[in-house]
Amino acid sequence: MIVGSQKPIEEIWSMVKDFKKVLVFGCNTCVAICHAGGEKEAATIASLIRMRAGQEGKAMEVNHMGVMRHCEPEYFDPVIEEVKSYDLVLSTACGVGVNFLSDRTGTIPVYPGINTSFYGAVEAPGFFKELCAGCGDCIVHLTGGLCPIARCSKTLMNGPCGGTNHGKCEVSNEVDCVWYLIVERMKKLGTLEKLSEVLPPRNWSTSRDGGPRRVSVEHIREYEEQEAQKPETAGGKK
Amino acid sequence: MKSGSNLEQVISSGVPAVTAELGPPMSADPHEVIKKAQQLKGFCDAANITDCQTAVVRISSIAAAAIAFQQGLEPVMQMTCRDRNRIAMQADLLGAAALGLKNCLCLAGDHQKFSAAGRLKGHPGAKNVYDVDTCQLVGILKKMRDEGKQEGGDPIEVAPKFFIGASWTPMADPVDFRPINLMKKVNAGADFIQTQGIYDIEGFRSQMAKIVNMGLHERTAILGGIIVPKSAMMLKYMDSSVAGVSVPKSLIDRMNKAKAAAGEDKKKMRELQEQEGIKITIELIHQVLETPGIKGVHIQAIEWESAIEGIVKEAGLYPRPTFPGA
Repeated sequence: MIVGSQKPIEEIWSMVKDFKKVLVFGCNTCVAICHAGGEKEAATIASLIRMRAGQEGKAMEVNHMGVMRHCEPEYFDPVIEEVKSYDLVLSTACGVGVNFLSDRTGTIPVYPGINTSFYGAVEAPGFFKELCAGCGDCIVHLTGGLCPIARCSKTLMNGPCGGTNHGKCEVSNEVDCVWYLIVERMKKLGTLEKLSEVLPPRNWSTSRDGGPRRVSVEHIREYEEQEAQKPETAGGKK
Repeated sequence: MKSGSNLEQVISSGVPAVTAELGPPMSADPHEVIKKAQQLKGFCDAANITDCQTAVVRISSIAAAAIAFQQGLEPVMQMTCRDRNRIAMQADLLGAAALGLKNCLCLAGDHQKFSAAGRLKGHPGAKNVYDVDTCQLVGILKKMRDEGKQEGGDPIEVAPKFFIGASWTPMADPVDFRPINLMKKVNAGADFIQTQGIYDIEGFRSQMAKIVNMGLHERTAILGGIIVPKSAMMLKYMDSSVAGVSVPKSLIDRMNKAKAAAGEDKKKMRELQEQEGIKITIELIHQVLETPGIKGVHIQAIEWESAIEGIVKEAGLYPRPTFPGA
């Protein structure tokens, strides 16, 4: 899932203070699970903004709303006209949601209510951890299922640096050295010898370095195009 | 000869090699590099020129190496993977070779967050690169030198001929992976290895026994790292905070005793600890050189380059061999 965290209310206030009618728009999937931007958090942010507006003597209408996902049109299509009746949408979806909505709200600005942090998992209630970097060329079959791209501070591909201290990363003693974990895991799996091979410089063009990425599933695209070309027939959808 | 560097010639001759370290200043003034080069010249076979060590901006390794080289000190330029992608790295390698540099040590580099262990502001908010890692950088140098090709495959008309080095932390976690770690660097093409500072000779010898069993000591020249201790505090810090370094209590006790002998006299406290530190260094040099599979020592007198002359002389490693044309 995508993990995010709420922006400080001061920063939010500086974004919204000059608008008259503000919608705090939550997303009820990933960012709800990490308690950052679901409908519940959107409601809290909306009341914080109202309180602040009251303190500053600003006349401002602030409401909230939430949909299941901001990254697929079918979820916000039913409410898009209502969304567009506001002066500003403060989206508490991840950055994907903010962008996706911005492309669809015409002259209504969409601002971010949270900081999108990483792709991670729920390690413990209220504790989330980055586990994937979305680099576009997964190699974790070579590293015991644990990712050195996302989890090594230096994205090292061929083993730990000299900074591993009691199993922790040199960046912080609260961060596990993933290479320590990889070695321990591969010892358990009996596959440690796989690590003897030198992995060559990788092709980062599958990552962000290759420019913004797209995935096109050909058979779905073809089907959709065929469907679009079919004449409308009696009793059937187009 | 792969590079014809002085260091390569010393190692090939079978004489135990001595390398030292020169830390460039956080300033555009070349005189500190010149001064340090003069202090080291003649007392080591080559000196590492650090590459923004501790993730702090200093005169670049290549520029400082070129200055040292003009002073008659053979440099080992260092190159970290932290600050450059493979395009910048190879451009710098071509430039360094064109300036006459012949040794290059490949390193991951301290993370940008390190900022001299918090003593300086540094640039903890910098973006790091790590396009390639140390093993891969070693492979790039080898490909450039031996195949005359860039990493991407384009030909190089005049190939840079580097004597290729890498670092090794023999006793860092995960300890049982460290020999494989070294093997990978050797397989990638490391001609020489400089280790992290060694105080725990027993631990080091047990790791070296594995290396000798694997035959790696015959495929690369391993220089044992010695960090000259200046004070009891420094030894304690290294023991508790530097990855892969453990300092036996007996050495810390010796330093404490030297410190105590000075009474309340601060100046004397420093002098006595420095004297003891040099004694410890010379003992460590001998113990490291007596370890099977070792081809030399890498002595780091951090911000204390003037100590090298005395250490090398007292350790019986002076004069250094000379070779025509190196």
